Amino acid sequence: MNERVLQILIDSFMKILMAGIRVTIPLAVLSFLFALVISVLVAVVQYANIKGLKQFCRFYIWIIRGTPILVQLYLVFYGLPSVGIVLPAFPAAVMCFAINEGAYMAESMRAALEAVPKGQLEAGFCVGMSYWQIMRRIILPQAFRTAFPSLSNSFISMIKGTSMASTITVSEMIRQTQIINGRVYQSLALYLEVGFIYLIFCTVLTWMQNWGEKKLNVYGGTK
Amino acid sequence: MIDVRNVTKSFGDFGALKGVSLHVDKGDVVAILGPSGSGKTTLLRCINFLEIADEGTMEFDGETFNMHSISRKDIGRLRRKTAFVFQNYNLFLNKTVLQNVTEGLIIARRMPKEAAEKKAIAALKKVDMADRLDSYPSQLSGGQQQRVAIARALAAEPEIIYFDEPTSALDPELIGEVLAVMRNLAEEGMTMLVVTHEMNFARNVSSKVVFMENGTVIEASDSKSFFENPKEERTKLFIQSIQAGRE
Repeated sequence: MNERVLQILIDSFMKILMAGIRVTIPLAVLSFLFALVISVLVAVVQYANIKGLKQFCRFYIWIIRGTPILVQLYLVFYGLPSVGIVLPAFPAAVMCFAINEGAYMAESMRAALEAVPKGQLEAGFCVGMSYWQIMRRIILPQAFRTAFPSLSNSFISMIKGTSMASTITVSEMIRQTQIINGRVYQSLALYLEVGFIYLIFCTVLTWMQNWGEKKLNVYGGTK
Repeated sequence: MIDVRNVTKSFGDFGALKGVSLHVDKGDVVAILGPSGSGKTTLLRCINFLEIADEGTMEFDGETFNMHSISRKDIGRLRRKTAFVFQNYNLFLNKTVLQNVTEGLIIARRMPKEAAEKKAIAALKKVDMADRLDSYPSQLSGGQQQRVAIARALAAEPEIIYFDEPTSALDPELIGEVLAVMRNLAEEGMTMLVVTHEMNFARNVSSKVVFMENGTVIEASDSKSFFENPKEERTKLFIQSIQAGRE
């Protein structure tokens, strides 16, 4: 590797990393938290079989899973202004990622809820608890534990998915790399570099997932 | 105390209960016997409204309820006077032994935490599980889990405890410890309605026996005359086959 390329890599590393810390991570964390709220609501509505709302939730999942995230981003950022709704790029991205990933996570949560043994609900009834008390204190905590690996999976995938936000002008890592590359024309080196930074982020998250799973394992498997 | 009349329940085309009546007095230990598929468990689940019967009336402490159209509020009220012990324990898997017992007291009965824990520990002492307060169900044997489940039932100070085949999921070696706890309760005068396959329990502990087959009660009598002087042919056959099995 010649010295010029090496110098470009060193100069760009901090810039790209800072874009990661300042934009990619907040974007992913915020989107994930909103997606989590959406997914729990959507899963519980289906599990509890709330008429009307349940059909709405199936419709939401059908639409979101059946259309590309790029289409969703473009519609919100470039499409909505034509009907008078103008959102800044960052909130528009958070909204799209939350709604998009929420649909997938809702299915993980629903499967986890359904994996909780039916007897847990019956035992709750028999000690006098109401449906929603049992849901909140017995069933959801067990479902979270079951869903944890696949929710972690969603989060890791979301970190990389935020690169899509570069298409609606959010200056996250990919966009930062594109800007630098526009000046110096070192695609091979620069995209290897940004890929490496994503890898570091995801490796740390994988460690956190393993740690979290150990923590949650305290009461053993559900049977 | 409880008088259940003419309960019917079908699952699709299958008639699980075809007009069953049952009477339990305070202090009774009633064993419900019968072959698998006879409707014993369905009856118990209808009595505690885990299944809603198609027809039937229930008198509980002088109040009469239609078992099909009973309101959710009345179900809740009745459940506070009763407790249920399941075949497969159904302890709350995300709660410790102590929390399993206090959960219903604190959340459903709004008891202060300290009072609930005091009551829970007393109940756990009775079933000899007070040394495992912080264990989770997955760390306990089946027999231990079932004893905790009985403590959970006791802590609610119910007027009656329903047992649904409480020893059927247990290793043979662990059955004895659960039966011993149930025998103690019976001796203390707890009213119990027990679906069981344990003939020794039915014969030696229970005061009454109800024998069911094909969704109907074949014979109901006190346990001594049930085993020594059965009236119905089907009952005689049943008792013979049990004795043959033991020889």
